[in-house]
Amino acid sequence: MGFKQAFIGFSLVIFLIALGCSSKSGTQSHSLTIAGSTSVQPFAEKLAEIYMAINPKLIINVQGGGSTAGIKACREKAAQIGTSSRELHPDEGDLTKIIIAKDGIAVIVHPQNPVNDISIEQLQGIFSGKIRSWSCLGWVDKPIFFVNREEGSGTRDSFENLVMKKGDISDEALVQDSNGAVREIIANNPQAIGYISFGIVNHQVKALAVNSILPNLTTIKNNRYTLTRPFIFVFPSQPTDLARRFLEFVLSKEGQKILEKEGLVGIL
Amino acid sequence: MKEKIIEKILTLLAFSAIGVLLLITVFIFKEGLPLILKAGIKDFLFSAKWAPTKGHFGILSMIISSLAVTFGSIIMGVPLALACAITLAEFCPPRLLVFLKPTIELLAGIPSVVFGFLGVILLVPVIREYLGGPGLSLLAASIILAIMILPTITSISIDSIQAVPLLYKEGALAMGATHWQAIRLVILPAARSGVVTAIILGMARAIGETMAVIMVAGNALKIPSSILDPVRTLTSTIALEMGYSAGDHRTALFAAGIILFVFIMALNILANLLMRKK
Repeated sequence: MGFKQAFIGFSLVIFLIALGCSSKSGTQSHSLTIAGSTSVQPFAEKLAEIYMAINPKLIINVQGGGSTAGIKACREKAAQIGTSSRELHPDEGDLTKIIIAKDGIAVIVHPQNPVNDISIEQLQGIFSGKIRSWSCLGWVDKPIFFVNREEGSGTRDSFENLVMKKGDISDEALVQDSNGAVREIIANNPQAIGYISFGIVNHQVKALAVNSILPNLTTIKNNRYTLTRPFIFVFPSQPTDLARRFLEFVLSKEGQKILEKEGLVGIL
Repeated sequence: MKEKIIEKILTLLAFSAIGVLLLITVFIFKEGLPLILKAGIKDFLFSAKWAPTKGHFGILSMIISSLAVTFGSIIMGVPLALACAITLAEFCPPRLLVFLKPTIELLAGIPSVVFGFLGVILLVPVIREYLGGPGLSLLAASIILAIMILPTITSISIDSIQAVPLLYKEGALAMGATHWQAIRLVILPAARSGVVTAIILGMARAIGETMAVIMVAGNALKIPSSILDPVRTLTSTIALEMGYSAGDHRTALFAAGIILFVFIMALNILANLLMRKK
């Protein structure tokens, strides 16, 4: 008797699993997955939220994981759209890319830190470990704690290209794995300095002027602020219908306006 | 007949657990070993330069950091846990023990991210303020881990102290020893293998812990020269860089996983051997 009951239970479970699978495949045509850079993620989420409000039947999943993971997910068809906060590497040329917006990399410090301006050379010095005290930047003689991103991050890749040129970032750097985590450290430590996406800067931290130019929408758009980088959507050469329509929305006046409101710099 | 079938099914399930372990082992080694051979075992284990996207795969600083954090937590956690175990097993009224032991075991059920968060909010600012350095440090990670391994060490130690035959204690007391002398000279030596096993299992937990360590250790790649320096453990590196890695970088993380695997296996085998001796 007990055996029979177990069998019935077992088949019930199988049935339910089968049911679950079929209902999932049923909604597949109405869902879109976007994966990639953690810098692009909050903006993609905002766009998705508004696009879903216009198209109530559609479900858009926005995932993080990093630029490289997003490009990989897109190539392996785990996501219809991949996002990247760095230029594509040569071995990623099989995918189509579209620049959806520009972003500045803001150099941030604690609001109590009196330093307001920093040069690219000073940044190089700090991140290579040669400038070790705030007195070199006209403040008190206290050690500088500089916060880096982890190996492989799109923001770090851009920062290395724009600031460090060929030099390496010192291995004494503290390492955090997202823009938010870096901001959290800076917000709690008056002697810390780090770099995050301009759109993520808030009242907890202070963005420095780089070479005397403060990052803002105008200076990033006309490239006068030197630390700017593109935000990219990548997709296979044959994007799905849904992906194409979402891309059209992002590049439309309305989509670009949303991005600018969130702190990015549009391309129109 | 029915009996036989059920028996077979249960055996199969038991073996599937071992099968999963076997598959994980094979997979980690298959993914990671080629990179160790390519980079050279010597360069992999004894170089401190880690820049996998630029072709440097030295994990020495992470091995040192992992061991330093583990020993730090043992130094702080073991005396506390042992004191706790002795008090609960020997001095505590049984009615209170029934309440206190599950409470300590509950500590093991708190998710590690909560420990990490507490560390960042409470511990790190205190260290930065009063001891200097960035606060995110070897010391902070050791303290958090010491708290996390407390329940493991305490509860296994209590069990092994309670497993010492009452006869030993009575004999010691009859010879004129005080209660403390009986504990120190008779009960603890008799429970030694169990206590050492508890410490080793605590070490295995400490070396494998990831989330809490990432949050409080600062994750700098430099080999630490003081307990106030930030450190990056093997587990932190894997978790931090996993999402972004591709190609050789990815296999390098698996290779770091092999080293971690070897450490934890060695600790567990040691613990098992000691347990059997008892």
